Formats: sequence, structure tokens, C-alpha cells
Amino acid sequence: MSDEEFPLLSELKKGPWPSFVKEIEKTAEKKPEMKDLLKQLERSYEDKITYWKHGGIVSVKGYGGGVIGRYSFLAKECPGVAEFHTMRVNQPAGWFYTSDALRTICDIWEKYGSGLTNMHGSTGDIILLGTTTQNLQPCFNELAKNGWDLGGSGSALRTPSACVGPARCEFALIDTLELCYDLTITYQDELHRPMWPYKFKFKIAGCPNDCVAAKARSDFAIVGTWKDEIKINQEEVKKYAEAGVDIKTQVVDNCPTKCIEYDEEKKELKIDNSNCVRCMHCINVLPKALKPGDERGAVILMGGKAPILEGPVMGWVVVPFIKAEKPFDEIKELAEAVWDFWDENGKFRERLAELIERVGMMRFLEAIGVEPDPRMIKEPRANPFYFWREEDLKERTNPWEIWRRAESE
Amino acid sequence: MASEPVEEYISDIGPPHYEKFLPPVIKNNYGKWAYHEVLKPGVLVHVAESGDKIYTVRVGSPRLLSIYTIRELCDIADKYCDGYLRFTSRNNIEFLLTDESKIDPLIEEVEKLGFPVGGTWDATKAKYALSNIVHTQGWIHCHTPAIDASGPVKALMDALFDHFKNMDLPGLCRISLACCLNMCGAVHASDISLVGIHRTPPMVDDDVVRRTCELPSTVAGCPTGALRPDMKNKTIKVDKEKCMYCGNCYTMCPGMPLFDPENGGVAILAGGKLSDARSPARLSKVVVPYLPNNPPRWPEVVDTVKAILEAWAAEAKPHERIAEWIDRIGWEKFFEKTGIEFKVQLIDDFRQPRHTFRTTTQFRW
Repeated sequence: MSDEEFPLLSELKKGPWPSFVKEIEKTAEKKPEMKDLLKQLERSYEDKITYWKHGGIVSVKGYGGGVIGRYSFLAKECPGVAEFHTMRVNQPAGWFYTSDALRTICDIWEKYGSGLTNMHGSTGDIILLGTTTQNLQPCFNELAKNGWDLGGSGSALRTPSACVGPARCEFALIDTLELCYDLTITYQDELHRPMWPYKFKFKIAGCPNDCVAAKARSDFAIVGTWKDEIKINQEEVKKYAEAGVDIKTQVVDNCPTKCIEYDEEKKELKIDNSNCVRCMHCINVLPKALKPGDERGAVILMGGKAPILEGPVMGWVVVPFIKAEKPFDEIKELAEAVWDFWDENGKFRERLAELIERVGMMRFLEAIGVEPDPRMIKEPRANPFYFWREEDLKERTNPWEIWRRAESE
Repeated sequence: MASEPVEEYISDIGPPHYEKFLPPVIKNNYGKWAYHEVLKPGVLVHVAESGDKIYTVRVGSPRLLSIYTIRELCDIADKYCDGYLRFTSRNNIEFLLTDESKIDPLIEEVEKLGFPVGGTWDATKAKYALSNIVHTQGWIHCHTPAIDASGPVKALMDALFDHFKNMDLPGLCRISLACCLNMCGAVHASDISLVGIHRTPPMVDDDVVRRTCELPSTVAGCPTGALRPDMKNKTIKVDKEKCMYCGNCYTMCPGMPLFDPENGGVAILAGGKLSDARSPARLSKVVVPYLPNNPPRWPEVVDTVKAILEAWAAEAKPHERIAEWIDRIGWEKFFEKTGIEFKVQLIDDFRQPRHTFRTTTQFRW
């Protein structure tokens, strides 16, 4: 492409960071119709507006989602992208690939699509960006024949995703990859056939560092944690100190509950585990010397979501500790109880957090069978505006009867 | 007449099992990693209890990749990594090696392709690089964006490139961008977030509304009650006073776009975090209500992000993220030190704003 033809986009070919414009150009060299994408994008840069139309219901046989229909307002000027649908392909847990697997996907996408991808989309899927309605089904069939399937879209379970987990991280407290795979396989129907009030996301983080943004970005965040004592290797503590790590400033002073003490002379650490909140900081800084305990499981935080409709939400602790071992029955039972309640009570386009706020956390906990726990809250409420149930109360005495009896005495 | 054999329709198979793609050293040491170290910016070594090692070279990417580039990356993986590579939750590419001597040739080759190595941090030494910016689709594929996504990200990463390459920051800094409030990139808990915003109400086209929209659900979808059905004309009326331009109605109904090229723009949020390390995870807060949508390189956005990042980097204590820096110095000093003007829009007037008002005489001058 000549830079004179697309003067605004060519500005974004400059500079040290890899350029997405060059990526589009690379596809246009092989697929002439992709020049129309550059044309349309240049036009958006001039006019400061999108030229993609709203929606378009397209999918593949048997599925209600997984494809995002997209049509251009510039169909005449840019016929090459008149239809430019996206296919969301379910990524392998932890985004591990072999070059063979990636080449297979590239070959299929070269045959049926634009040759442009996102590695990866926001939810975690491989995004195959831009194809025609006609090519959707054969593309899907060939993906499926090679072991690949579509992810979720619309009011469905969205493609679950997980951090790198035990595959390459010493901090992983649960098997994020196996849990992610297991949930995805178990809930294929929920993933491919939208039938809920709105979207629902699972994200699985191996530890409280939360490298997949589970707490903020999923209705059902599964975050690894532990209950027992942090294991200290005092020899390694000494080695860190001797290597020049300022343990007092770096570790002790940063402990949020001040539960770590450091003996400068002996070069030893002491932790008051009863006051540890498992924030990970000391373990992050001294990974050779400190290890989480052995009693491991997960915290479930629910309701995390972006601003639409009632404002952004960071997930709320609903289950402070749950076992996360194969076959993950406890987690699945909990998720299914949540979906049952959501099915019964959720309004159209209402995310879980908004439903919980509308009906009250008390009713929600009761419905999903979770006992109250102080770990669920930052602090108790400041208002006494709560509801009592009949079974909480003694039989009622009518005050009028009391007063009238007194008056008639 | 013999019928053609019907090919079985394959569906609902789910993703391939991840184990198929794990390098042997990972399979052998799955869940048994002892520790990791940062050998140099962009290069990690993870050491297993068995003593086995795996090296990772982290590479920045624009997220939007052509299959031709992916094949080039595969060639590199074949040459140096027995074909094994992965991607991170922030759209970086990671090459996984077992032979330490191949690290430098790999770096040379991938950088020659135009892909920089970096984005790592060493918590032990309190040296942090900036990681990649997570972002959404923008004008390349989305029907609701107030701004582009890949463009501003490219402009920003060009400006912040040295921080990606070098571990020269005092703490983690996560930057993310969503091109509208739908936030398919969910950027609301980042150290610095950029969000495309509309500032004018939906422009109703009665004919399109009649043809394509369901009136009751669209009206019910408005969080501020700014919409009412006009049953006689089978369309929707907007109470402009009540609209806060969230765009939910447009998501529901193609007949009411909010686009306004001269008024749409960028809000900047700061002080969110997701990790629970040290201080609890928290949402980002709006610090700049509006900057113009200014392609192709969004200079106002780039300058503001740089101002926040550099003010924090100059003053933060080791490990201290923007949120924690603000905890220590106070929001009043945040505005002073970053040079950002405090505007009335930063005072919450949406749902339950009382929790954000100051209720103490403790503050700084």
C-alpha cells in the first residue's frame, strides 16, 4: 500500500511498537479484498466514526453464538469487507500452543477468512476477524474436524479462561488449566446456546495476584488461596539477605497486616499466620524462601462486571473457601445453583451483580445455600434496615389488644 | 440409488485439551515449580523442584496479528523452542525454551521481525517493566466504539516503549483501553484506564427503530429512565436531560446511535488494581472526564497518560502501585503532582455518590 493513499493510517506505521496497520497490510498483500479494510479504516480515521453496522444474526448450524455478525456501511466503496463477520474460537486453557496447531488455524483462516486475527480477544478466545456469511459453515466444519470449536457470545456462558497456572508458575494454588477445561467441556450447551438473561463469565486465577483479572471481569471468579501457614525456608531467607535484598523495607514494611517480623541479626523471618491475609506480597518478593501452605482451595467472588448498566463491580466474596479438586463437583453445584436463581429472577440484560443488588445478598445466599461468614464483608451494615422471616420470630402479640385490655381494666 | 454417506456433524467438542500443547519439560514438572528468576528484561527462568528449567522470552504484540506474522512466529518457535509458544493474558507472546544458549539468537530474530522483548518484572529487586496494553476492537471491527482502540494503543506504546523494554518502574502499572462503556476489555480495575465515551444523547431514527427495535426492552434497558415509548408512532422519545450517554440503548436498538465525531472522546481513569498484593484490589477512578478523540495519534491522551505515569514513577516507593501511591499522598496531591485539573465531573452524581464524599477534616494543602 502506498502511504499517500492512506495518510492517517500510515502515521501508525511509524514508531517502535509493532504496528497493527502493517499487519492489515500484510493480509492485503495476499488478499486484495483486504485493501478495502484499510480503505474503510482510513475513512473512520478521517471522519472519527465507525462504519460497521449494528449487529446481524449469523451463526453455524446448531449454535446460537460464537459468531459476531458484521456488515459495512461502505459496502459499495469497500465491497471486500461488505460482510466481515468474526468467529470466536475457543482457546486452549492457558493459551499454550504448538506451532503445528497454530499453522492449522492459519491455514483454515487463509482458506475461509481475511487472514486477520486477534491473539486473543478480551474474553480469551482466538478471534478470527472477518469472513463472509457463506464461508462461516465450511470454516467451522474444518475447524471442528481439526479439533477446534467456537466460544461463547451473546446471553450465554462466555468462554472460560485461566491464568498459566501450575503449567509454569510456582504460585498456582489450584489447577487453573484443568478446571478451565473441565468447566468448558461440562457446559458446552450453556456456551453455545444463549438462554440466559445476559452473559455469564468464569475466570480462574491460580492465586490472589489474579493475572486473568478474574475479580473484576467475571460473574464467577475462582481465585486460588490457602488456609494454613506460609512455609519458610530460613536458609533461602539468609541467601536473599546476603544477596542484598533489603528484607525489612521490601517485605516487612509492605505487609498489610504487619504480621511479619525480621530478625536482622539471625537473618530470619517470623510470620504470625493467624493475622496473615494471604495477599501474596512476601511470597512474590521472596519466591525461593516463602511458599503458601498445603491446605489449598479457592475463593469464589461473584458479580464482577464492567459499568453497563449500574456501574462497575469488583466481585464480592461469596464463598471464602471451596475445594477445587477434580471432578470439581462443589464448584459446579454452586454455579448451577446460581444459574437456577438467575433463571428464575434475572431480568433481561441484568448481570448477576445487579440481580443480587436488586433482590438482596441475604436472599441470594439463602437461594444458593451458602452460610453467612464475616469474610464476605468489609464491614457490617450501618443501617438496621433488614428483613426478618416468620421463623426468626416468636408469635406476635397485637399491641392494640394490649392497649385495649389496659384501657378496659 | 445408493445415497452418499452422511458425514457426521462435529459440534460441541470444546477446545483441544491444553496438555497437547505443553512442552515435555512442563508436562514433567506440572505443578512442581519451585521458583522463578528474571535473567534480564523480557527473559524469565522457572526452576522446578526436580531442577529442570524452562526459559521464557516475552514479546510484545499489537494483538491484531495476520496469519502471515503468526507463521513467522511459528518458524521462530520451531527453530528455537521445539515449536512451543504461548500467549499471555495481556496479549504478549511467550516463547518457551529449554536451551539457554538459544535465548539470545531468538531475541535477535524476533526483534528483527519488529517485535520487542520486554514486559517483565522482578519483584525481588523491585524493578518493573510496563506490560502490554490490553484493549478492545475499535474501528477495526466494532459497531459501538466512541474511539478507535488499536490506534491510541499504538501511539501510547510508542511513547512508553522504553518502559516496556526496561524494568525501570517502581511497581506494576497496568494500562488498558476500552473503546466504549460496554468495556468488552473490562478496563475498570487498571492502574491507568482509557475509556471511549459519548457525550451526546442517542440520535433516534424513527424508521429504523420501527423496523429493528423492541420498544419495551429498549426502554427498560435505560438505567436513568431517560427513554419512553411513543406507542402512537411506534418509536422512542429521549429525555435528553436524563441521558448520561452510556449507550446501552444503542446496544439494544440499532435505531438510536450516540455517535458524534466532534464530541465523542476519551475519559481517563486511574488507581485501580487487580492483584491483592499488599492492598486490596479496587476499581479505577475517573481523573480526566474528557479528552478529544484525535486520530491518528491522540496526542492529548498520550500526554496525559505520560504525565500520570511519570509523576508516579518519580515518587513511588518500591512495589507501590498508582493506587497505593495515591493512598499515601492523597487524591488532592495526585492532581497537584500530575498537573491534572480537577473538574466538577469528577465528583460522583450517579448511584450512591455519598460513599465518595469526604467526611473528615483530614486533608492536605
